[in-house]
Amino acid sequence: MALPFPRIPPSQITPPEIYFDRRTFLAGALATGVGASIGSARAATLPGQAGAPLAFTPNPSESVDALVHASGQDEQPNTWGEITNYNNYYEFGVGKTDPAAYAHELTTKPWSVAVEGEAEVTGNFHLEDFLKPYALEERIYRFRCVEAWSMVIPWVGFPLATLLKRFKPTSKAKYVAFETVYRPAQMPGQASWRAILPWPYREGLRIDEAMNPLTLMVVGLYGRELPNQDGAPLRLIVPWKYGFKGIKAIVKIRFIETQPVTTWSQAVPEAYGFYANVNPNVPHPNWSQATERRIGAPFFHQRQATLMFNGYADEVAYLYRGMDLHRYF
Amino acid sequence: MTDSVTRDAPVLGPSARSAAASSRLFLGLTVDRRYRLLYKPAVFAASLVPLAWLTCSLFGWLGFSAGVDPVKFLELECGKTALDFIFITLMVTPAHHLAALPHLRRLRRMLGLFAFFYAALHFTVYVALDLDFNWHMVGADIVKRPYITVGFSALLMLIPLAVTSTNRMMRRLGRRWTKLHRLVYVIAAFGVWHYYWQEKIDVREPLLYAAALALLLGYRAVRAWRQKHLVPQRVQRTSA
Repeated sequence: MALPFPRIPPSQITPPEIYFDRRTFLAGALATGVGASIGSARAATLPGQAGAPLAFTPNPSESVDALVHASGQDEQPNTWGEITNYNNYYEFGVGKTDPAAYAHELTTKPWSVAVEGEAEVTGNFHLEDFLKPYALEERIYRFRCVEAWSMVIPWVGFPLATLLKRFKPTSKAKYVAFETVYRPAQMPGQASWRAILPWPYREGLRIDEAMNPLTLMVVGLYGRELPNQDGAPLRLIVPWKYGFKGIKAIVKIRFIETQPVTTWSQAVPEAYGFYANVNPNVPHPNWSQATERRIGAPFFHQRQATLMFNGYADEVAYLYRGMDLHRYF
Repeated sequence: MTDSVTRDAPVLGPSARSAAASSRLFLGLTVDRRYRLLYKPAVFAASLVPLAWLTCSLFGWLGFSAGVDPVKFLELECGKTALDFIFITLMVTPAHHLAALPHLRRLRRMLGLFAFFYAALHFTVYVALDLDFNWHMVGADIVKRPYITVGFSALLMLIPLAVTSTNRMMRRLGRRWTKLHRLVYVIAAFGVWHYYWQEKIDVREPLLYAAALALLLGYRAVRAWRQKHLVPQRVQRTSA
């Protein structure tokens, strides 16, 4: 990944003062040992097992300042430890720490991605060749899980649109479908006796959603190679949609004419739709989506309002003009 | 309570044997003193182990950790512990029948009160840490979210059971006490239902609880049926 861009050390992305501020805040709020122990976990800098550093440039319009400006809320990025030890990645088990425990079993090198369907260029690509043309950028996005918790995450990647355009999708390409790797031998949750979702995991976007500049192909986190539990080597991030739309370990991209079947909407259609836009006004059948709990925020101050389209309404609301979002949830 | 056990004796061979055995001395202590001085304090201490574990996890003591989301961790583990204690409480009666340990019932009140304690802790974590004391949201959840309605009802039903758990209340209520405390069957079912309903998709663990509950309640149903139809002279049962 030798790109002509300056390498930005992680300390520059999230200055230590932010961590220490936060730590003091926590300790003060709790006034007991909790502050110290949780605080020190949060203050941890990148651990030794973090992957190789990537060359990238921060995208100033997707910075912490931009998030704070848009929401008026505290938007400090979650720590590496939080982002890599609290994952929904059922291929490795349903527990939040299962991915951190088992994802190392997945081999991500070599990796290839198949591009199929309604496009002029299709075929199988080695990941390195696939990624070569792109300049990586860092974008700090809000991440809102459908389970009503949220984080702020500094991803490294490039816009999906630039990737898709390379394959020259035809006029028939109304949707883009994605598929996760299927390797039961390396992904214990895919073994048939405990397969609680129909594998492989499938997701999809409308072509205009896929082409929106916010939609990101992610290969890194905190300036490092993406850890396996966060979806290495290649994952999708659609910041205005619930986290489950962000399919991980992508091996297939298909341009199609009709709306693709997606895993969660297939498994529990009354709870999860194709669109899955973050929307405080449309509750999950079992819980409200009006608020969320920010992971890592001080005790007694974790709840905050959920923003329409996760705070990205200005950029994406036009995509859904005239649509009944209660029906197309 | 001991009365009914003695009356059970002709029906249940093992019970009779154990009733005889229990009158024998152990460590020089009578059954009464054994329970008062050994078993009850031991069970009390054991019942505090989950609390100690939760505390250590929260503060990161002794290498325990509450993970990245301590709030969810506490909420879930308190709830599961409450459910576990309800199930342990429900196992006392079958255990005393099947393993011929009639005096086990002396531990039941304490176990039931611990179920209430952990359920109250579960609710406190939910209100204080999950919802940050936003009572408006608590109210909305209870009314609008069926799984919370069910869980909250279970907690409410536990209150009268805890309040009437004293010897004085048992004497005062007499037979009505037994009837009232049969609410625990409903509470257990609501607890499992609450657990089942909050799962996104992986209901394997709630289903295990449901299966255990079916066994525990099925045992009672079969026994009640047998007593009604096979031993017609014995109608009165006092065990809940």
